[in-house]
Amino acid sequence: MATKQQSQNAITLKGSAKLVMDYLNFGINSILFQRGIYPPESFKTEEHFGLSILVSTDNKIQQFLQPVLNQMKDWLLEQKIQKMSMVISNVNTKEVMERWDFKLQYEGSGDSNPDSVGNKELTTIQKEIRDVLRQICSTVSFLPLLDCPCAFDLQIYTKPDVDVPQEWAETAPSYIANSQELQLRSFSTSFHKMDTVVSYKADF
Amino acid sequence: MSQFSYVNDLKSAVRMDEPITNGPAPRWMKKSLESTSSSANTSRKINELLPIKKTPSKTPNKSKSPASRSASNTPAKPKTPGGDRFIPSRMSTNFDISHFKMNQENENLDLSPTQSDYRKAMSENLHGCDINNVRVLSYQNKAPAPPDGYQNALKVVYSQSKTPMNVRGATRYIPHAPDRILDAPEIVDDYYLNLIDWSFSNILAVALGTSVYLWNADTGAIDQLLDLEGADYVTSLSWVPNGNLLGVGTALGPVQLWDASQTKRLRIMNSHSSRVGAMSWNSHILTTGCRNGQLVHNDVRQREHIVATIQSHTQEVCGLKWSTDGRYLASGGNDNLLNVYSGLPGQATYQSEPIYSFSQHQAAVKALDWCPWQTNVLASGGGTADRTIRFWNCNNGQCINSVNANSQVCAILWSKTYRELVSAHGFANNQLTIWKYPSLTKVAELTGHTNRILNLAMSPDGSTVLSAGADETLRMWKCFLPDPNKKKEQEKRSSRPTMLGPGLR
Repeated sequence: MATKQQSQNAITLKGSAKLVMDYLNFGINSILFQRGIYPPESFKTEEHFGLSILVSTDNKIQQFLQPVLNQMKDWLLEQKIQKMSMVISNVNTKEVMERWDFKLQYEGSGDSNPDSVGNKELTTIQKEIRDVLRQICSTVSFLPLLDCPCAFDLQIYTKPDVDVPQEWAETAPSYIANSQELQLRSFSTSFHKMDTVVSYKADF
Repeated sequence: MSQFSYVNDLKSAVRMDEPITNGPAPRWMKKSLESTSSSANTSRKINELLPIKKTPSKTPNKSKSPASRSASNTPAKPKTPGGDRFIPSRMSTNFDISHFKMNQENENLDLSPTQSDYRKAMSENLHGCDINNVRVLSYQNKAPAPPDGYQNALKVVYSQSKTPMNVRGATRYIPHAPDRILDAPEIVDDYYLNLIDWSFSNILAVALGTSVYLWNADTGAIDQLLDLEGADYVTSLSWVPNGNLLGVGTALGPVQLWDASQTKRLRIMNSHSSRVGAMSWNSHILTTGCRNGQLVHNDVRQREHIVATIQSHTQEVCGLKWSTDGRYLASGGNDNLLNVYSGLPGQATYQSEPIYSFSQHQAAVKALDWCPWQTNVLASGGGTADRTIRFWNCNNGQCINSVNANSQVCAILWSKTYRELVSAHGFANNQLTIWKYPSLTKVAELTGHTNRILNLAMSPDGSTVLSAGADETLRMWKCFLPDPNKKKEQEKRSSRPTMLGPGLR
C-alpha cells in the first residue's frame, strides 16, 4: 500500500521532462504576450498550473515552437541541454534587446533510466513552477519598454556530442551590451533544476 | 655612440615593421614603406637625434657630416655620393630580431596563464558556461515577425508619466472668445454632413454649398478648389493624412479625389448612388459612408477601386473614423447604431461584419473620435434625443464611461496637447465644451455661435479648434495652446497659425 502511494505521487524522468517543457512553453508564450511582442488579440487564455496563461494562437508561432520543444525534450532526456536562451531582438536593426536564459541542471543519479522515480511531490513542483510563471508576468513592471518591432529566437546550448537534426544549425551566442541581469526563482523536479534569468539593456 | 645608434636602428627597424603582423613584409611593401614613411620619418629621426648630441647648430639635411661621421658605425646612413637620394640598407632592419620579438609578444598573449584565466572567467560570466564545451543551436525555420504596423500596446503603460496628466489643467488660461471669426456663407445646415477638414499642411478645406474653398492658415490665401453644377452639392470632405489629397463627397454619390497642390481633379469614384455624408482615410483606403447606410472601402490606387462593401447600417451613415493606427474603423448612423470594424493595417482584408455593434445611443451617432494616447478608446456622441457622450474600449467592447452633455452632440475632438477632449453642441447654448479625461469634469464652455455647431476641425499643431456653425461662421478657438513653460519647439509650432491673413470673404 505504501509503495503504491509513493508511485502515485512521485515523478518519473519522462514526467519531469514533460513538466520542464510545459514550463518552457508557457513561459515563452507569456513572455511573448507580456512583453507585447505580438498583438494581444492573437492570444487566448488557458488554464495551466492553476494559472490562466495567455497562449499564442498564431499558427506560425506554434509551428516554430512545437518542433523546437519536441526536439528539446529528446535532448533533455539524453541530458544534452545546458541552457536555453530566448533572444528578443529588434526586427530592423537586429540589435538584441532582451534575453531570457533558462538554465538547466541535472540532479539525481545522473543515469537516464526511464523507470527511475523522483522523491518530490507533483503538487510541490507545480507550486514552484506557478511561482516562477507569476514572476515572469510581474517583470513587466521593471523591464524597459520594447519600443520597436521585435522578433524572438530560441538558442539552445547543448553539449558538444549532440546529434544535430537537419533543420538545426549552429549560431553565435547573443549578448546585450551593457546589460542588467535579474535572476527569478528556480524550481526543481528532483531530476532537473531550472533557473530563469532575464537580462535587459540597462541604459534607458 | 655606437650603442646609441644601434638602439636607434633597432627602434627604427621595429617601428618600420609595425603594421606588418606576421613575419617580414613582402618586398613591394617594404619598398613603398621605405620610400615614403621611412625616408620621411625614421631616417630624419635618426638624423635629428644624432646631431643634437654633438652639434645642435648643424642642420642634418644640408650637410652630409653626420652621415659621413658615423658611417662606419651606423650602416643605416647612406655613404653614397648620390647627394639627396636616400638608399636604405636592409642590413640594419634586423628582421630576424624584430620578427622574433613580435612572435614572442604574440605567444606571450596566448600563453600567459593569468590572461587565459581571465578570458575563461569572462566567457563564463557571459555565457554562464565555458563556451568551448558548448554548441549553440537554433531551429532554422524562424518565428515570424509581428505584423506590419503593429505597435506595442504597452506603450500606454510606460508613457503615462510623460503625457501631461497632472498639468494644472483646470487653472490654465483658456480664451473664452474666439481667436478669429471667418464668414462661411451658404454653408449647408445639415447635421448629417461633414463640411470642414484641416490638412496636415495647414490648409483648411470648407464646403460651402456647391463649392469647396481652401484657406491657407499660414498665408491666409483663399482658393476655390471646385464648384459643382446643377442640384449637386458637397456633402463631405476629408484630407488624406500627411498629404495634399482631398476626398470630396457629393450629394449625387460620386466621390471626387482632388490634388490640392495642383488644383487638379485626379479621379471620380462612383461607389454610391446617394449622398456621401462621411469619409475617412486609412493610408490608401478611402472609406465612404452613404445615405442608404452602405460603407465602401475604396483603394484609390486601383482602377477597380471598390475593395469591400459593407451594409451594416439601415439608415444614413453620418460618422466615420479610422483609428490612428488603422486597427479599427468606427461608423455611426442615423439608425442609432455605432459599429466598430477591425481592419488590420497594411492588409486588404476588411471584414464586412462589425466586431462590435453598440446600440446604447438613442439618436444618430455623428460625433466620433479616437483617443490619440489610448488607441483603443473611442469617444462617441449622440444626437438630440440622446445627448450623451460615451467612451468605448474597443479591445473588449465595453462602455468605459458616459456623460450627459444636456445637448445634441455634433462633433468630438480629442486634444493632442492635454488629456482633454472638446465636444460641439447645438440647442440650447450652441457651445463647445472642454472635458477632462478620464474624470469627465468640465474645464470650459466656449459660447459664441448663434446657431448649432455643425463640425469641428483641429489645426495640425493641435493648438486651435475650428468650429463651423449653422450661423454661417467659422470660429477658431485657441483652447489647446501648449503650456508656455514647455519646450520652445512647441511654442514655435503653435505660433504658426497666428500669421493669419484676411478672412474667407
